[in-house]
Amino acid sequence: MTDITLPKPRSELGEIFHHLIRDPLGLAGLIIVTLIVASALFAPWIAPYDPIALNIPDRLQSPNPAHLMGSDQLGRDTFSRVIWGGRVALQVALPTIAGAIAVGLILGMIAGYGPKWLDSLIVLFFDTVRSFPTVMFALAVVALVGPSLNTVILVIMVTSIPTYGRVVRTLTQSLKEAEFITAEKSLGASTARIMGIHIVPNVLGPLAVLAAMDIPTVVGLEAGLSFLGMGVKPPTPSWGSLLNDGYNLIRNTPWLIVAGGIPLILTTLGFTFLGEALRDVVDPKLRGKGGK
Amino acid sequence: MSALLQIRDVFVRFRLRGGIFSSVGTIDAVTGVSLDIEEGKTYGIVGESGSGKTTLARAVAGLHHASEGSILYRGQELRDLPEAEFRELRREIVMMFQDPIGSLSPRLTIKSLITEPFRIQGMGDRDLDTEAKRLLTMVGLPAEFAARYPYQISGGQARRVGVARALALDPKLLIADEPTAGLDVSIQGEMLNLLARLQDEMGLAIMIITHNLNVVRHITDTVGIMYMGKLVEEGPTEEVFARPQHPYTLALLAANPEPDPDAQLMRVELSGEPPSILRRPKGCEFHTRCPFVQPRCSTDVPVWTAAGEGAHRCHFPEIWTREEAVAS
Amino acid sequence: MAVLDIRDLSVSYATPRGALKALRDVTMKVPEGKITGIVGESGCGKSTLISAIIRLMAPNAKVGSGEVRFKGEDLLSRSEAEMRALRGTEISMVFQDPMQTHNPVLTVGRQMIDIQYRDKLSKADKRKRATEMLALVGIPDPQARLNQYPFEFSGGMRQRIAIAMALMAKPSLLIADEPTTALDATLEVQIIKRLRELQDEIGCSILFISHHLGVIAELCDEVVVMYAGEVVESGTVRDVFHNPAHPYTRALLECDPGHIKVRTRNLPTIPGNIPDLVSLPTGCIFADRCDVRYDACGARPVMATASSGHQAACHLIAEKEPA
Repeated sequence: MTDITLPKPRSELGEIFHHLIRDPLGLAGLIIVTLIVASALFAPWIAPYDPIALNIPDRLQSPNPAHLMGSDQLGRDTFSRVIWGGRVALQVALPTIAGAIAVGLILGMIAGYGPKWLDSLIVLFFDTVRSFPTVMFALAVVALVGPSLNTVILVIMVTSIPTYGRVVRTLTQSLKEAEFITAEKSLGASTARIMGIHIVPNVLGPLAVLAAMDIPTVVGLEAGLSFLGMGVKPPTPSWGSLLNDGYNLIRNTPWLIVAGGIPLILTTLGFTFLGEALRDVVDPKLRGKGGK
Repeated sequence: MSALLQIRDVFVRFRLRGGIFSSVGTIDAVTGVSLDIEEGKTYGIVGESGSGKTTLARAVAGLHHASEGSILYRGQELRDLPEAEFRELRREIVMMFQDPIGSLSPRLTIKSLITEPFRIQGMGDRDLDTEAKRLLTMVGLPAEFAARYPYQISGGQARRVGVARALALDPKLLIADEPTAGLDVSIQGEMLNLLARLQDEMGLAIMIITHNLNVVRHITDTVGIMYMGKLVEEGPTEEVFARPQHPYTLALLAANPEPDPDAQLMRVELSGEPPSILRRPKGCEFHTRCPFVQPRCSTDVPVWTAAGEGAHRCHFPEIWTREEAVAS
Repeated sequence: MAVLDIRDLSVSYATPRGALKALRDVTMKVPEGKITGIVGESGCGKSTLISAIIRLMAPNAKVGSGEVRFKGEDLLSRSEAEMRALRGTEISMVFQDPMQTHNPVLTVGRQMIDIQYRDKLSKADKRKRATEMLALVGIPDPQARLNQYPFEFSGGMRQRIAIAMALMAKPSLLIADEPTTALDATLEVQIIKRLRELQDEIGCSILFISHHLGVIAELCDEVVVMYAGEVVESGTVRDVFHNPAHPYTRALLECDPGHIKVRTRNLPTIPGNIPDLVSLPTGCIFADRCDVRYDACGARPVMATASSGHQAACHLIAEKEPA
């Protein structure tokens, strides 16, 4: 037999990236998201000032070459605070969503694949958690243990678990009936193998879409809690506290509220665009079709 | 010598669930099937939708639980065999599924798919690249296919992948559920030729499940015709095609019109639709549709009767030859 | 006169790889009061052809050239509103999947009354007509069954209802797209027979699409054989099935398992695949799979007459053709 080497397939991620940048919406989303993530990552180098250093003489300046977005009532540079606020926003959003996905994935698969009684129990847990209004729940916890970044992360994570868990459960239930799973069983594949190799890869795509769409919600939630003074403790910069400062001073310094609002809007748009584009791309069968 | 697979009086029963509080009933999808599959031979099970043929196949493959009867593989009872012990046997008893693309895990490459049996059965230390090449060559696919995904290949190619994967570990019994479903006429032959060739090379026993009598005509040694969960006729393939005993077999044969507008068709038209298996007719279960029905058919249950080299379940075997004689 | 007269129809789809030429210069007729069959395997362009006739094409489809004349008028130049008025009245359709044709939340009777919205009849009269139609397609106890929902019927029954609904408006043309493929063979026979009887009674023309040669032979008067987007042969069923003129038709007939009487472990097949419809070969579309290929096949053949009313796109026929 001639020695033919088997060709290597392009990796799944490479394939997704390849299709993503060909979709205008995906490209726009990808650029905005990259900018946000990069600015958060390199905040110490990008921000021209220390975001918490007081500089009373320069207080409440309108935008000028020294302070691109002006300064607040304590003379802190708004641009630097926006950049550092982004870092805080992602510090909250990413671990929150990663945690929620991890727990949601495991619980969802157990519920979808396991025995009926376990499914009912897990669904009951999901419904219980979901029945609390997130903000109320967060306020209650913060009132008990005091405001801190970790509390915010934990609270939002717990309340996001059902979102992912339910999607995973539904997907697992329908995959369980798919002919390829029966085919795997007929080969003798163990339950662990079926879950890990055949179910997980098929639910990750929809989960990625969901996560991209969910990041703005979490960022907004963090901003909201911080706005109410229940989130990140001052003087740590947060888009929410920026908004709060801006809200109080809206009559004399409107740029503060603009500075706090624009990144929130950009984050929402960027991640939503990315999520929309991902939706069309994560399913290999739909790639390159759609006819747009 | 006893047969490779002996199926005796197998029943497969499904629980019917209504609401939470409604009473739970059962339906029998397979009701007392017995048949033997010899080593290296091909047995074709023919039936239409709802005949229980796929359920029977899945029971043999350990994917459905047989509620009664016995399924002996080389003398070993498969019914109620714990999955852990069945796993060993899955090297020898393999199944090909109806939906060629849907039965391949969509996120795996063809290479991973056809070498999965090695990994599942603890033989992942073999040179899987070599095995993949060997298997692709065996089913007549080019080596480049190793890198493709199921959605990138055609139905006919996916069928070949299904064959490669089923035969990876050199099994003894292949259960093929509708191996030509969804294939174009010009490719159906390729699939059947491939199965015939591999059977000759590997000494494989094959159980083919199909609704199409034409499919089994050339490749099987024995056929069994199923109606409402029971075998109604069984015999050597040529015999059954030449002299069908049961009117249902005759109707199936007649329902495959030849591509010839002037063909003298023996028109056996069945009346009505198959009854629901929830309300099985009394007497012979086929009597509601039988064109040759006699008074006795609606009261007496016909028993399994040997005739020639085959057997049937009809009070009036070959009744159609009498009708023909009267007509002429 | 032909009810449907398609001339030189070409349709292509815009794809990322370029234009996929799904139909090329398709010419065919459905004569008045006849059943015309279209035979072809996957990728032959049957579905594109139907969607072009009823003008329900995919957004990326484009008609390159040609005419679809229905009762003498070109449908391709009709407005969308005119087409809507035509569909379901003058031209009806029956699809492959009887599950998806019916609205699951309305009773069959309600649906059959609703589709008569154009007629100025009383509701009782419409109901009576619905009952008659159900009886005509062979549904026992039609009066009572009108009150049932689609899921209460079996697949075969649903397909009968679909036929009844399609014929209700007394269309001039019924397009049946693989209407029996999803059904068991014994039911298929019943429906084919009923369709034949109905056609005699109502007198409409039928365009019947199927991959099943035996069914075409039994049901149709005329047959059109398609391969990879082209018509390769057309004629009466008798001519085409007894004396196939195109090598593809011949090979297809040989492959049909109903044709092979002697037991064999080596069934005939047509080796190879259909060509890529994005980058087409220059010559005959079937050349690379043809067993009688010769020099002339490098050029694209035109339809040549094999016998009166029987044509095939093959150089071998063109050579024999009386000048």
